Amino acid sequence: MTDRAAASSLTPADPFRRDVWPRLAAIALVAYVIYACSRLDVSWERVEAGLANASHFFARLFPPNFERRDLLVKGLLESLEIAVLASTLGIVLSLPIGLCAARNLMPAWVTWPARAIIVMARSFHPVIVAIVFVKAVGFGALAGVLALTVASIGFIGKLFTEAIEEISLKPVEAVRSTGASFLSVLTYGVLPQVFSRFIGFATYQLDSNLRNSTMVGIVGAGGIGGTLFAAFQRFDYDFVCAILIAIITLIMVGEVLATAVRAIFIENATLIDLVRGGGKMRRVRHAEDD
Amino acid sequence: MLALRNLSKSYVAGTPVLQDVNLEVGARGITAIIGASGTGKSTLIRCINRLVEPTSGAILFHNQDLARLSGPALRRARRHIGMVFQEYNLVERLTVMENLLTGRLGYVSAWRAWRRKFSPEDIGRAFELLDVVGLSGFAQQRADALSGGQRQRVGIARAVMQEPRLLLADEPTSSLDPKTSVEIMELLTTVGRSRSIPVLVNMHDVELAKRFAERIVGMRGGKIVFDGVAADLDDAKLTMIYGGEGWLQ
Repeated sequence: MTDRAAASSLTPADPFRRDVWPRLAAIALVAYVIYACSRLDVSWERVEAGLANASHFFARLFPPNFERRDLLVKGLLESLEIAVLASTLGIVLSLPIGLCAARNLMPAWVTWPARAIIVMARSFHPVIVAIVFVKAVGFGALAGVLALTVASIGFIGKLFTEAIEEISLKPVEAVRSTGASFLSVLTYGVLPQVFSRFIGFATYQLDSNLRNSTMVGIVGAGGIGGTLFAAFQRFDYDFVCAILIAIITLIMVGEVLATAVRAIFIENATLIDLVRGGGKMRRVRHAEDD
Repeated sequence: MLALRNLSKSYVAGTPVLQDVNLEVGARGITAIIGASGTGKSTLIRCINRLVEPTSGAILFHNQDLARLSGPALRRARRHIGMVFQEYNLVERLTVMENLLTGRLGYVSAWRAWRRKFSPEDIGRAFELLDVVGLSGFAQQRADALSGGQRQRVGIARAVMQEPRLLLADEPTSSLDPKTSVEIMELLTTVGRSRSIPVLVNMHDVELAKRFAERIVGMRGGKIVFDGVAADLDDAKLTMIYGGEGWLQ
């Protein structure tokens, strides 16, 4: 016993392992934060001045101005269309790509290209991808749809791949042993194990696409973002406020819908259950699903 | 029926798990394979339906060398070999009925299977089998709602759904309590007899093997060291198979 304690330099007086590296890393982080603040001219005076400006801006936001309702509704509908189209396209494309990238099912010559596609799709923020697509296909919603499709492939593809790589191979082995074809092994041995998680990723991505679809408009890729940006530049802050309220409403409606979809697919709830709030009962029973 | 000829398997080159195994299995009856953990019992069973690739040797089954098959020919051959697993290997999120119909996947196109378009005969047989294994009324239950014994019954029913000419079982009772183990072995015996197909089963429990198997094959170090009836399996033979003596007391 004493031998072992001596070997790992632990003594009764100091029974905890002291490691110098985490401390050095913490000190280095603090030093870098101070350095970065000085480089970027971050100072309390500027924050104070900014707060004054912000209060001035917030005062001009209210009351919100809903007079240009047509413009608002048109922008919102376009954002919604971009989000739904991009999510659908993204989900349809990320299914096969995610499957091909799973190293426990596919040989290396299939997984590498699929992984490369996913990594590329994840490399850039949707706004940067949107700029590229605006250059390629011109201003408008198409660029936004394409940009968010790329983002969806990156996100769902990666998580779907990870979900597949975590499945139990025991059922897969059993299905193979029945003489099933590869496609049947996928639909019976693999998909049932990942389906509920896939629905989770897809609804989350729809949610996230709704938010991003309100933003790609800033770079000219359609949706309400363009209207918002224009209103900002013209100092129409009351209209800005109306747009922000509309976006918040859209996101909240989207979230309620996403929750409902998840409840129906993952917890086998019916619409009546959802209205009554009975989905929670089933959630307990299939708690291991998520 | 089934004949293994000089079957060898090495997962790592130079350290064989199976060494020149020769074994013939007749047209019916229960054959139990016993032996300590790590002697290659599971590997042997899995080589027969090629879930594990044998390194060399032949697997003759109904005038075909399974070791040489690949692609669709291998899948067609696998349809005739049902398999029961230690941990049941059911698809947990599918219903009992869907798990049973998995046994028909070798006969149904992927497109029809995806849409759950199985023939009425298949569905009828599935219901009959649920009766046979004592799970009538469970068709719509999800597999993860069942107990261990019930799951293994579904596992056996799934294998029988294939209308196999040979039933393999890899430690089918090792995850079950003693009472359920006996029930599962009785079920395997009944199924094998009533369909007159041979059953090849890996077992840990020597007493259970003696009770149910007409023939017992003992393995040690990747080789067959005993092949005979239960009555011949005395302490000396068991010591030869498992090594040591203290555990026999």
